[in-house]
Amino acid sequence: MPSVPFTILDETRPLTVTATVDGDAVRLAPPVLEAALGWSVKPEGLCRGAVCVPTRSRPDLVTAEGVDLAGAAALLGRPLALDVEAGAAALGASAAERARRLASLEAPDFTLADLDGRIHSLADHRGKKVLLLAYASW
Amino acid sequence: MITVALDRSADDVREYVDAARPTHPSLVDPEHRVADLYRIVNVPTGIWIDERGRIVRPNDAVFGTDTFVALHGIPSGPHLDALRAWVTEGKLPFATDDAVRAKQVLPTPEEQQARAHRALAWHLHQAGRRDAAERHFVRAGELAPHDFTIRRGSMPIRGQDPMGAEFADLYREWVAAGRPFYEPLDRP
Repeated sequence: MPSVPFTILDETRPLTVTATVDGDAVRLAPPVLEAALGWSVKPEGLCRGAVCVPTRSRPDLVTAEGVDLAGAAALLGRPLALDVEAGAAALGASAAERARRLASLEAPDFTLADLDGRIHSLADHRGKKVLLLAYASW
Repeated sequence: MITVALDRSADDVREYVDAARPTHPSLVDPEHRVADLYRIVNVPTGIWIDERGRIVRPNDAVFGTDTFVALHGIPSGPHLDALRAWVTEGKLPFATDDAVRAKQVLPTPEEQQARAHRALAWHLHQAGRRDAAERHFVRAGELAPHDFTIRRGSMPIRGQDPMGAEFADLYREWVAAGRPFYEPLDRP
């Protein structure tokens, strides 16, 4: 099966990997998957750091062609938008993770540029009261 | 104050920011990272964060003036008064963390899936893959039909008028769904 370059946006961070297109699935060789996303295939299952999810219910997850990206994302509860034809996918944060974080009431830090290209983080303002205001031209 | 423009580029908001001459950071978020982190589904949205980095007043529709109050029905006065009391007296709107949590609307798997499609659509648009981008903007809108940051926010990107016919349709649909937004913070 053809090996193609594939772009994965991991929570907007762009990565280029070599993938195999297998019908409407995209497969990454285990070392490629681990290098790109930190997901590893072990006897315990699909692992992210110390946390492993059993893969017994997904016999087609790992084949000789590699690990099914969409199947792996689903198993880990991560949303994935995949476009095989366009050669790109976007991997998002799980609802559980976002919800957990917001319910903790710890305001998530972020880093963005201002209109002059200067970089700012919410963390720069620790020690002050902050009104965070999201708006748009639309 | 930190303002975050959920817009394509600094150019979309430069004239507004220049006119305001702010002394606070005016940031641009074309990838909608803040929308994702804070479950922001429309603008304007205001969130209060205290000195320890804790959310003390969660997402709410807040306006600085009453210019459009006839359209949206949310007067600016109560929030501005509460804000002033917080800044000058340290007066908190909620007595406990659980009271703050009760007013949070937390993201669903469908909303996160929608955001993934939106992120992919934006990337593809910037790569010149307009047809592919359109597929994912559409899919994002199907998954999160009441997320205006996705449905209305994508209109300028896709050559649609965010004040035009497509927006009129979206608005009707939203009203018919009961105007879902955030839990009203100043009403019982």
